[in-house]
Amino acid sequence: MTTTTSPAKTTTSVAQPSASLLERFRVPGAFFLGAVLLLGIAPIVLSDFRLNLLAKYLCYAIVAVGVSLAWGRGGLMVLGQGVFFGLGGYAMAMHLKLADAAATGQTLPDFMQLYGTGDVLPWWWKPFANPAFALAMTVLLPMAVAALLGFFVFRRRVKGAYFAILSQALAAALAIWLVGQQATTGGTNGLTDIQGFFGYDLNDPVNQRTVYFIIAAVLLLLMAAARQLFVSRYGELLIAVRDSEERVRFLGYNPANVKLVAYVVAAGMAGLAGALFVPAVGIISPALIGIVPSIGFVIGAAVGGRASLVGAVLGAVAVAWTQSTLSDAYPAAWTYLQGLLFVVAVGFLPGGLASLVTVLRKRRIPTRTTGETA
Amino acid sequence: MTVILNQSFTGVSIGAVLLLIALGLTLTFGQMGVINMAHGEFIMAGAYTTYVLQKSISGAGLSLLVALPLAFLVAGAMGALLEWLLIRRLYTRPLDTLLVTWGVSLMLQQLARDIFGAPNVQTAAPDLLTGNISVAGTTLANNRLFILGLALLCVLGLTLILRLTPLGRRIRAVVQNRDLAEVSGIATERVDRTTFFIGSGLAGVAGVALTLVGPIGPTMGTNYIVDAFLVVVVGGIGRLKGSIITAFALGVLQSVLEYSTTVSVAKVIVLVAIVAFLQWRPQGLYTLRTRSLA
Amino acid sequence: MSGEGLTVRDLRVTFDGFKAVDGVDLDIRPGDLRFLIGPNGAGKTTLVDAVTGLVKATGSVRFGGEELLGKPVHRIARLGIGRTFQTATVFEELTVLQNLDIAAGARRGPLTMLRRRKGVPEAVTKALETTGLTELRDRPAGVLAHGQKQWLEIGMLLVQDVKLLLLDEPVAGMSHDEREATGELLQRVSEDHTVVVIEHDMDFMRSFARSVTVLHAGKVLSEGSVTEVQADAKVQEVYLGRASEPEPAAVPVAEEA
Repeated sequence: MTTTTSPAKTTTSVAQPSASLLERFRVPGAFFLGAVLLLGIAPIVLSDFRLNLLAKYLCYAIVAVGVSLAWGRGGLMVLGQGVFFGLGGYAMAMHLKLADAAATGQTLPDFMQLYGTGDVLPWWWKPFANPAFALAMTVLLPMAVAALLGFFVFRRRVKGAYFAILSQALAAALAIWLVGQQATTGGTNGLTDIQGFFGYDLNDPVNQRTVYFIIAAVLLLLMAAARQLFVSRYGELLIAVRDSEERVRFLGYNPANVKLVAYVVAAGMAGLAGALFVPAVGIISPALIGIVPSIGFVIGAAVGGRASLVGAVLGAVAVAWTQSTLSDAYPAAWTYLQGLLFVVAVGFLPGGLASLVTVLRKRRIPTRTTGETA
Repeated sequence: MTVILNQSFTGVSIGAVLLLIALGLTLTFGQMGVINMAHGEFIMAGAYTTYVLQKSISGAGLSLLVALPLAFLVAGAMGALLEWLLIRRLYTRPLDTLLVTWGVSLMLQQLARDIFGAPNVQTAAPDLLTGNISVAGTTLANNRLFILGLALLCVLGLTLILRLTPLGRRIRAVVQNRDLAEVSGIATERVDRTTFFIGSGLAGVAGVALTLVGPIGPTMGTNYIVDAFLVVVVGGIGRLKGSIITAFALGVLQSVLEYSTTVSVAKVIVLVAIVAFLQWRPQGLYTLRTRSLA
Repeated sequence: MSGEGLTVRDLRVTFDGFKAVDGVDLDIRPGDLRFLIGPNGAGKTTLVDAVTGLVKATGSVRFGGEELLGKPVHRIARLGIGRTFQTATVFEELTVLQNLDIAAGARRGPLTMLRRRKGVPEAVTKALETTGLTELRDRPAGVLAHGQKQWLEIGMLLVQDVKLLLLDEPVAGMSHDEREATGELLQRVSEDHTVVVIEHDMDFMRSFARSVTVLHAGKVLSEGSVTEVQADAKVQEVYLGRASEPEPAAVPVAEEA
């Protein structure tokens, strides 16, 4: 047990990791490579159709960045990211629907004319006609909801399973509420058939490509921001809170606030992802934000490696890609595969595919990735 | 007055369904801290058992009676198998268990689709359960009364098992202090599996009951599972008494709110109420007290 | 800085009707090195839990002119009270340096938090030296030996800039040499801090305590210097089950499993 005898005279020495050139430029280099792939190569080699699919996957990847922060680093089992994705998506879609209507000289979006109770726009739709307001809301609305829920939940130390179930229930509640308000939210159909994006016609492939570039750039930016959070003092504190919340409290920190920041930032990222999803795919609906898709947001990160930023992003893209490749041709096979992915990736490879890389490289410092404290 | 009575009865019968589903969870979630998302699919298994039986046995009444124990065995066996295959390997990682069992639940749903087809199916209720009886100007549907009775019967049975049998004592010992139970010579692994068998079996029984009030489909479990977990969380993990009170309270709250607003708004309000409640009692209505830190 | 005194008046903690702490009065002067001893279940850890806000209590606990009861855990910590636990709780995945840096940072502003740590704060360097962990600073805390983890915890309290340290069995499970080293460390620390140690090891207590409080069944049984306490008949009765044993050194080592 003990090799050292005195706290004042410890003799064990540890080799200082020498910051070789390779080591120093590994992260910026990988980032640059990713940027070249996403912004340079992908648009050249992929057809319009494929690029548009990739845009959609990258939206899921943006959610995964937040999941990696909140769940991978913070141990918060965020099973309700669909809520924030949905809030961002609806905020964007409401604006685009209003803009579409205005472009054709209507005052009401098409679905309201179909199911609507009158010809007056509901009061809470009105501010979304303003593009700046709508854009701000795509991020602020999810963050506000997360802050509110997180404040009450973390303050009372509701954690682990409780938190997971509550956030899941929130996703279910929002989806059910949206379905119930057909006249003002489009109900089960959601907000569909979106034509324009701030004056640009989304049916034009050139504009679709622009949307792709915006999404890819946002993803890269958020990855850089998340990376900064990971290596910052806050990132270290977040791991400390995940592993021993009580100990952190005795050091004079309020762990509730530490978790709240991660949760709110992750929510903002999911909201932005939802907002960008709308011009890329042209729809936002309750089916995209309920319990099932909410768990889907987590699985990509789990498969790739929840605590590894790159792992989570690649995992999200890979899972989404597999899904759309398989689910049309072999829907049954896809469902089995998806189930198996959960079982194998989470059950037997909790560090995700990223941990395979780590194992192969035999890194000096083991990175345990199972956060159980939430 | 009749409106109030009618709504309370609806609430109580919603509560009875919730309770039937949550009973099994109280055991599995409570004992092992395991969040088994496939619990909903055990409900589904119970419901399909009823469906299959009705096709092979003539007489809705008889098939329902046979279905109750059989569904218990079918779902229980599935639960024990799941515990043996996966869950016991994940005891130290309860949150990961949630995702793993969700994967299992996806596969089971697809299995049901492959066997029984994607569209919902129906069973015929026995004649005895299709009518109503009137009490004090309130109409009470027989099938709802049956479910209420069944739920109470299950509670009674479970309580007797937990209180009076050696197995029950072992289960309670493991819930309260796993390590101590283990060093006292209790084979905790076997107790875990038995608990899982009973908990999952109760889901099967709940599935039989659900065939009386709704269609049977591959995704029927998902519709109930989150609500059932909320019951367990609010009731206090591992506490039977808490789950019973919470199930009926949430049922009545839900039905009263549905009457005065809409179904979807009611759901949202119930959720807000639960978050508010957890401000007051973060560990749920009843808690197990332990001296361990955090 | 010479630490602050702690004044406890009529402290009571009840668990489901069981009185774990039953009207304890305690005065700990600034700069004291006080040992809390007593049989299992005497209420030692519960007392510390109450002072640090982990369990609800009635009565009064005053520290540096502030009433502690009713304050949340992290606020009490910020007033300058730090504690350790029976099982060393360090952040196993973080390095020794990161552990200390986090402990030093409860008062950091949001902007500092969002930046990467550059260099080593002076307090951290000092604590590394005091605890002898300088060479191990880039090791994950999880791989440290048991004794080293305990020292790291004490180091974390030092950088946390606490005035009062509450240590729960800091030498449990340590080798003889490690005990000696820890004792010397505590004496160094107590030069400018107030230190309270919960301990079962009587040899350790005899060597290093400046004053001793004996708790029994939630009440203070005896208080004073090591010699005074050991001579107290009541203490001998509690420890030996009879009052006639004259040899103070016979007070046994009651080790907790």
